[in-house]
Amino acid sequence: MTGIFTFLALASTALAQDAAPAYESYEAFTESSGFALFTINNLWILVSAALVFLMHLGFSCLESGLTQSKNTVNILFKNMSIVCVGILGYALYGFNAMYPGDFNGIFAAGSWFAVDNSDVSMMTDAYAPYTWWSDFIFQAMFAATAATIVSGAVAERIKLSSFLIYAILLVTFIYPITGSWQWGGGWLSSLSLGGMTADGDPIGFYDFAGSSLVHAFGGFAALAAVIMLGPRLGKYTKDGRVRPILGHSMPLVMIGAFLLWLGWYGFNGGSVLSADPRGVSYVFVTTTLAAAAGCMGAVTLSWMLLKKPDLSMGLNGILAGLVGITAGADVIGMASSIVVGLIAGALVVISVLFFDKIKMDDPVGAISVHGICGIWGTLAVGIFVAEKSFLNQLVGSLAIAAFAFIVSLVLMLALKAIMGIRVSAEEETEGLDIGEHGNEAYPDFTAAHK
Amino acid sequence: MKLITAIIKPFKLEEVKQALSEIGVEGMTVTEVKGFGRQKGHTEIYRGSEYTVDFLPKVKLDIALPDELIAKAVDAIENAAKTGKIGDGKILVSPIDEVIRIRTGERGDTAV
Repeated sequence: MTGIFTFLALASTALAQDAAPAYESYEAFTESSGFALFTINNLWILVSAALVFLMHLGFSCLESGLTQSKNTVNILFKNMSIVCVGILGYALYGFNAMYPGDFNGIFAAGSWFAVDNSDVSMMTDAYAPYTWWSDFIFQAMFAATAATIVSGAVAERIKLSSFLIYAILLVTFIYPITGSWQWGGGWLSSLSLGGMTADGDPIGFYDFAGSSLVHAFGGFAALAAVIMLGPRLGKYTKDGRVRPILGHSMPLVMIGAFLLWLGWYGFNGGSVLSADPRGVSYVFVTTTLAAAAGCMGAVTLSWMLLKKPDLSMGLNGILAGLVGITAGADVIGMASSIVVGLIAGALVVISVLFFDKIKMDDPVGAISVHGICGIWGTLAVGIFVAEKSFLNQLVGSLAIAAFAFIVSLVLMLALKAIMGIRVSAEEETEGLDIGEHGNEAYPDFTAAHK
Repeated sequence: MKLITAIIKPFKLEEVKQALSEIGVEGMTVTEVKGFGRQKGHTEIYRGSEYTVDFLPKVKLDIALPDELIAKAVDAIENAAKTGKIGDGKILVSPIDEVIRIRTGERGDTAV
């Protein structure tokens, strides 16, 4: 581990920017030859941000569909709140903590995100192929995703107030730390364990759109939370067998998974960070192939193991494929992207069964989809792309997963000591909709399994 | 006057209703119910874990009839609801003390 600190010096030099064109004013920029291209690039980042926003509706549908109808208001309330507090926290502190510019490579303090709207160095191609505002809104949508991943895994038993505090802290303060390690130009981006490139630069860690930085982060934070909470009441019989608690709406799960797939075109497509035709279309195709292959991997394995083709496993497989390809969507070959997806899909089935067996109760499979397949996707870059280093990928993904796990564990321990993290057994049985919110999602329907 | 309570497989409801109409039965009350007898439950699978569904969905018919129609009605239900497989259900016949038509206040056989 002592070696890590030698990379810090490299991290700061890697941030030196190329000389950029200077404009006298924004109006002068609008009349420049690069303005049309900049407009297209910037628009694509904004469309992508909107697509990533749509993923929050996808998560909401997926999570409520896979849980009982008596907890639907609670699930939706959590998803609604995470987006809103996540974006505000990211504006107040997180964005600048994740992209601090020159820093020590491990930790930077954040600050209010806004800059001067008339600052041409931030609003033109002197900054990037998009404006500072576009940069913020795209990254803010990503940040909220990390906490949303946790909400599904802890569903149907976590105390709302404790979860909201946890989510605010996670998105605002913790996610930006690991994010800065790579995307902010920190120690992972200049990791030299795996050797040097032909130009003599460290190969570095590689995570295109966040298999580790977003998904493994969320998945392993969720694992710690699930360990602290324990399984839902009635999930295991006295002799330790699994007694499944049925999700209340498969059509909602389907809508959720497909909305997430759609949103992923922004998640990965936008991570090209420009509208570069070759780059974006390449990423669209690898992303799609991996999603389709993930479905096939999960369906095939679940059909073989369980004797029946399982819809929710197939949909988890799609998400697993998407998480898996996210780290290398722009560098992994077409045939390899299918392999990445197939393995992710098979992995998610095994992982869901495994976590059920060891009594880690995850109602929606978030730990498997985001945690396990996030690690897999990150490693896959080291396996399928010759220029990348497997060792770097391993170190990077484990460092992020371990950090997320430990911090989440500490947060949950603290919250448990201060205010408790789980609702009462009585409330859990009656449903969190009545217990936490005093209303019901479906007052006109009678639940068959209540 | 007797009350016929028949518990049948849900998909047989339409055939049973037809058969009863043909012998002149003019009304019935239908309830969706759950239960088990010798059929026991069946196993289902959710995300890789098997579980037993003990209570299977059935349909319950309640029909109050004058004595002379009882035998024909029981035959009609029996023939229409029968598949020969386990879980076809039961027909119960029990006496009724009184029947009152609320609208007119009629009592006894004319109210059935």
